[in-house]
Amino acid sequence: MAQVFHKSANNIAKASIALAVILAGLSFYVITQLARSSYLTGAYLEKQQPVQFSHKHHVGDDGIDCRYCHTTVETTASAGMPPTQTCMNCHSQIWADSPYLEIVRASYRENKPIEWERVHDLPDYVYFNHSIHVNKGVGCSSCHGDIANMPAVYQVNTLQMEWCLSCHRNPADNIRPKSEIYNTSWVNNLTEEEKKRLMEEYKIRPKEMLTSCSTCHR
Amino acid sequence: MQDIKQIRESFSPPILEGKHDFATVSDKIGDITLKRKTPFHWFVGFAIFFLIAQMLLATVTYLLLKGVGIWGNNQPVGWAFDIINFVWWIGIGHAGTLISAILLLLNQKWRTSINRFAEAMTLFAVACAGLFPLLHTGRPWLAYWLFPYPNTMGMWPQFRSPLMWDVFAVSTYATVSLLFWYVGLIPDFATLRDRAKSKVFKIIYGILSWGWRGSARHWHRYEIAYLILAGLSTPLVLSVHSIVSFDFSVSQLPGWHATIFPPYFVAGAIFAGFAMVLILAIPLRHLYNMKDFITLAHLDYMGKVMLATGLIVCYGYAMEAFFGWYSAAQYEYYMIYNRIWGGPYWWFYWLLILCNGLSIQLLWFKRFRHSEFWLFTISVIVSIGMWLERFVIIVTSLHRDFLPSSWAMYSPTIYDYSMFLGTIGFFFTLFYLFVRFVPIISIFEVRTLLPEAHVHGHHQDFEEIVNEVEIEKIDKP
Repeated sequence: MAQVFHKSANNIAKASIALAVILAGLSFYVITQLARSSYLTGAYLEKQQPVQFSHKHHVGDDGIDCRYCHTTVETTASAGMPPTQTCMNCHSQIWADSPYLEIVRASYRENKPIEWERVHDLPDYVYFNHSIHVNKGVGCSSCHGDIANMPAVYQVNTLQMEWCLSCHRNPADNIRPKSEIYNTSWVNNLTEEEKKRLMEEYKIRPKEMLTSCSTCHR
Repeated sequence: MQDIKQIRESFSPPILEGKHDFATVSDKIGDITLKRKTPFHWFVGFAIFFLIAQMLLATVTYLLLKGVGIWGNNQPVGWAFDIINFVWWIGIGHAGTLISAILLLLNQKWRTSINRFAEAMTLFAVACAGLFPLLHTGRPWLAYWLFPYPNTMGMWPQFRSPLMWDVFAVSTYATVSLLFWYVGLIPDFATLRDRAKSKVFKIIYGILSWGWRGSARHWHRYEIAYLILAGLSTPLVLSVHSIVSFDFSVSQLPGWHATIFPPYFVAGAIFAGFAMVLILAIPLRHLYNMKDFITLAHLDYMGKVMLATGLIVCYGYAMEAFFGWYSAAQYEYYMIYNRIWGGPYWWFYWLLILCNGLSIQLLWFKRFRHSEFWLFTISVIVSIGMWLERFVIIVTSLHRDFLPSSWAMYSPTIYDYSMFLGTIGFFFTLFYLFVRFVPIISIFEVRTLLPEAHVHGHHQDFEEIVNEVEIEKIDKP
């Protein structure tokens, strides 16, 4: 009885081996890249907020310090979201009739907080503390990017564990002088000597302690 | 001249019986797969085991919905049925690899007619084994975290953990076993392709045989590939179960922390594996009339292997007890005291000695090694015994913690039982499918056992063959 497959099927068989290897390699690459894509991490995606609040205007143009609103960043785990009263400190005087700000005034009148959309959301199993970072020389922009130039705030990093560890494994390249903590446009051009001095000044613990499991997962 | 033959056979029965030539071998084995009519007993057996396999499916579904809390293990017995069954199944697989790889390299011709289904047994046993640690993780959909890949956590797995070595050992084992089995099947799939009447089977077996034409070049490459795979598999016979034993022996727990564990586990694995091969071989040779290929010689050899490995395992039991005393450490001493007579699980230990130690003593006698009934019975007893062995090692070591306040008893839940029984159903379901669709005995390798396969270029009478055999025996110490 004649064979079902023509001789040329052998070439298909051979090609399929190469194809399987290429496909496996390609899908491995695609999956590892997809895992870091903004599709999954939410990086670089602007979120619609209930009020069109611009950090670029308030921080960049007006020069308001981060700590004016995020008051507890130096002392507690959470940087703190400002109450509507903080907005009204100024906006009871300027732009007091602007229709853009009606939501803010309503919140103030009814004593009901504005429900902002959270941009940076770490998993609940991560113990993250703002104060330790700020006090040990990690500036706002190291994690949050150049907020002073963002009309709407977006996440600039993946917030994945490998990103946290990239700094915890190598703190020297990621710290700055105390005076530059709140400068969101700061460019790192410290010399090795200065970095070393800062490490000593901040008393930053060795890598083994910074990357211990219980440093972040408690 | 006939006398010599009879004398030889009285020492060791032939490994191929009946009058066969190339065509009858192909017919007899190939027809099981290609013959239109599937025997009634196949449907009955398949239905029963398929039903039991559904129990596994139901249990796993419930487990995924509720979590591992449905099992009976809890502190201090954090490992129980899941790891017992894992070790039990993975051990069973070892006989298949030993038969296919080590016996091939040692040029043991009797492996030829049992290697195919023994390798299938290995694969299916590894599949059952793998389920347990996978589900034990609690979140099996994240099981890929066990592999070293560039993950977003920026971390490697803990390479210093034996559990990690287990992942590599078992996945390597599964891959190499599958390749070995499949490569061995290619010439047989080609035989089936050429003999199949239906177009569908022609296409399926055609794809599976990868264009095998049986040319001299094909055979040359095949032999090389098969030897390489045998070489790769050989260390696996020893390494996989050694690494499984490290799961226990690397930890500091009395009852686990013993240097004898790797050889003791490997011997136990081969012991349990040969028991399972016999459990499969004895019904197979009856139901499919394979007595010409799976002869008394095979049963006899397997009985001997079981006896030898069983005795090594018994030596392991003796050494465990000896270490407990010789260590002069109170925890070690207490563990062995608690295990053998002082603790609540003492009767498990003695049941184990009965199954693995006493029952195999019958195998010293040829009468029992040549009796299918006794071999089958002893094999079942040994399978139970090897399961009990893992139960004793795991549960009796854990249930008495260092602090008496942490002592507790372990009792499995219905889901522990249904999952274990379910894997047995799953195993036999796969085996039934294998029996139906794949040649259960290597057709082309059995052909090499025929006198026609040994062409010497001149006529040889029987005496010459006998002399040759004798000379071979002298050459090989």
